[in-house]
Amino acid sequence: MSLLITGARVIDPNGERRVDVRVADGIVGQVAKQLEPVDGDEIIDAAGQVLTPGFVDLHVHLREPGREEAETIETGSRAAVLGGFTAVVAMPNTDPTQDSVEVVDFVRRQGERAGSCEVLPAGSITVGRAGERLAPFAELAGAGVKIFTDDGNGVQDPLLMRRALEYADGLGITLAQHCEVERLTEGAVMHEGSCCSRLGLPGWPSIAEELMLHRDIELVRLTGVGMHFLHLSTATSVELVRAAKADGLPITAEATPHHFSLTDERLETYDALYKVNPPLRTPDDLAAIRAGLADGTIDAIATDHAPHVAESKEQPLDAAPPGMLGLETALGVSLASLDMTLADVIGALSWKPAAIAGIGDRHGRPIEPGEPANLTVIDPDEVWEVVPARLASKSRNTPYVGMPLRGRVLHTIFRGTAVVRDATALR
Amino acid sequence: MTAARSLLAVEDLGADGIERILDLADHMAEVNRRPNPKVPALRGKTVCSVFFEDSTRTRLSFETAARRLSADTMTFAVSQSSLSKGESLRDTIETIAAMGVDAFVVRHKSSGAPRMIDAWTHASVINAGDGWHAHPTQALLDAYTVRTSLGRAGGLEGLRMAIVGDVKHSRVARSTVAAMRMLGVHVTVVAPRTLLPPDVGEAFADAVTDRLDDVIGDIDVLYLLRMQQERMNEALVPSLREYTTRFGLTSERAAALAPQTLIMHPGPMNRGVEIAVDPAELPGAVITQQVTNGIAVRMAVLFDLLGTAGAGATSATATQDVLTEGGSQ
Repeated sequence: MSLLITGARVIDPNGERRVDVRVADGIVGQVAKQLEPVDGDEIIDAAGQVLTPGFVDLHVHLREPGREEAETIETGSRAAVLGGFTAVVAMPNTDPTQDSVEVVDFVRRQGERAGSCEVLPAGSITVGRAGERLAPFAELAGAGVKIFTDDGNGVQDPLLMRRALEYADGLGITLAQHCEVERLTEGAVMHEGSCCSRLGLPGWPSIAEELMLHRDIELVRLTGVGMHFLHLSTATSVELVRAAKADGLPITAEATPHHFSLTDERLETYDALYKVNPPLRTPDDLAAIRAGLADGTIDAIATDHAPHVAESKEQPLDAAPPGMLGLETALGVSLASLDMTLADVIGALSWKPAAIAGIGDRHGRPIEPGEPANLTVIDPDEVWEVVPARLASKSRNTPYVGMPLRGRVLHTIFRGTAVVRDATALR
Repeated sequence: MTAARSLLAVEDLGADGIERILDLADHMAEVNRRPNPKVPALRGKTVCSVFFEDSTRTRLSFETAARRLSADTMTFAVSQSSLSKGESLRDTIETIAAMGVDAFVVRHKSSGAPRMIDAWTHASVINAGDGWHAHPTQALLDAYTVRTSLGRAGGLEGLRMAIVGDVKHSRVARSTVAAMRMLGVHVTVVAPRTLLPPDVGEAFADAVTDRLDDVIGDIDVLYLLRMQQERMNEALVPSLREYTTRFGLTSERAAALAPQTLIMHPGPMNRGVEIAVDPAELPGAVITQQVTNGIAVRMAVLFDLLGTAGAGATSATATQDVLTEGGSQ
């Protein structure tokens, strides 16, 4: 059985063109100006729409194992493909932590069983994410782990971080930091600024992110070992990364849709829906994140998809856990918020994160004969609103209700098979 | 002005609303001076104190106020409650509301909790202090104390107040500063940077200084905040002794005060820290009056929210009617 996608405008790393594409046996078969349907072709009429390589999310919390009431790998990967993602990097803050071959194998297998997209378990940098001793990088790398992070916690100890970088050298893996000096954020629930002064809420100062980012940039300079920086949220962070890249340091960075679309004023309602780590910041920070994405300082858009059950968000801000959903709204928020070309936005969602995740051999590929068929068809102009009850995620904590989103994922093809048709998940 | 159902922050009242409550409090104070200080104004109403954080003083003040208006009172103390068994805040509130409650008086360690509770119940919610955020009845009783002590029934416009101490972690400071400024009082915040909210500025106070001695001779009200021992662990000040040296009311500073200057404190006091002299020896000290006035002001708030005439519509005569001894019995 084969799939014929007709009439689409293709946007991929090679540029833009109008072609028909036939997919068979999990790979892109023919690509031509016009292809005639043959018997057995499943036809996707994509006239007026855009065909791109599938998106890659460097940062999702799928909650399995340990918090299956909030999300499972099955529901989370369904949410992923509805958002156009054909690969997601699953953060290791599971229970048990993804710090052993057994656990990462379990996560990968659950991803395969769900069959919607590729689920790539990230390993933790330290055992149990406790910040005390290194996780077995080489064993985990042997099990296919490419990204290591203690996300949710920054690695506080500078000596341990230096050793982590040095030990990682040559293993073909990337360390990713959640930048937060915890002594500066104890009890914090929102950005430290005028809002938190007025609202009587403990503040999370920007400097807590920037200090660790600066420390790690210098450790990269010292060791020569590359790093990825998760969810940048402040204007100074963007500046630090821009300067480090200008110095030629091997670093990459991501930003989340909520950090370039929402600001700290949302907390005025005391609604824990808007509590996230790092916190929503000021309009100036938001503008700097947008500019950083536009000029390539920030390489990738990553969602930090963080499902939480309703009861846990129906608590006072200090008791509620941080995080918000992101997978199903990422494209719509990005196109609604960013002043970038469609091709640049797609690049930040697809081939650039694919390279960072170490899966550039099968995701974010040019749409050419012989390439793996992980593809997404979008309508870049459709304006729509998210309806929480219709989300595939098991949780409902989206902050975007009532916000017009632009750009809709219509079809997602994973390993040559349609897993989303007409914005409906098939698996 | 639309009838408010709840009192979550003093800012919600506006200057007119504050004046309305203070005028009502005059009536309540008159009731409290009677041999039998009880009126039937809220007979049939049920007021439930829900204290997720211990505060016997505030709870007793509210419950006394409710009883003097003949409301029934219930107390929900968290230590004996299902919250320790894992029941959610929302379920707790909905369960108590189902018993038939007209008003919740809520104290919570988290900023914003009363606001969440307000969204979950049709009953009135009175914020009795949430986190660092707000303590509106404290602000009202402070304003009432200044008004009665200085004989300023016509208004507080033009008075000067200094509020000294841990403003950053203080719901009392946030509410009292806001209320005083709405009433036209010039407020100077006196504290080291470590005890100020980040970005403190014109939106927060009229002036900010770390030199108490620069302002002490030129104020009508000196408001001292409680300096909590636990702040020592957070490196916010080097020592309590140094705090007292810079910000405490010492006998030297007491001597520098103008004779009519009021000295106020929300309690409980740390003697020897923020007050290093015996307040009984200070003619301007109105700290016990604050406590007494708290009853009248809380009666006024309860009556304003729950009285049959409804908020803002409590005309002088209607008020007089229900506050008459044995009236409408």
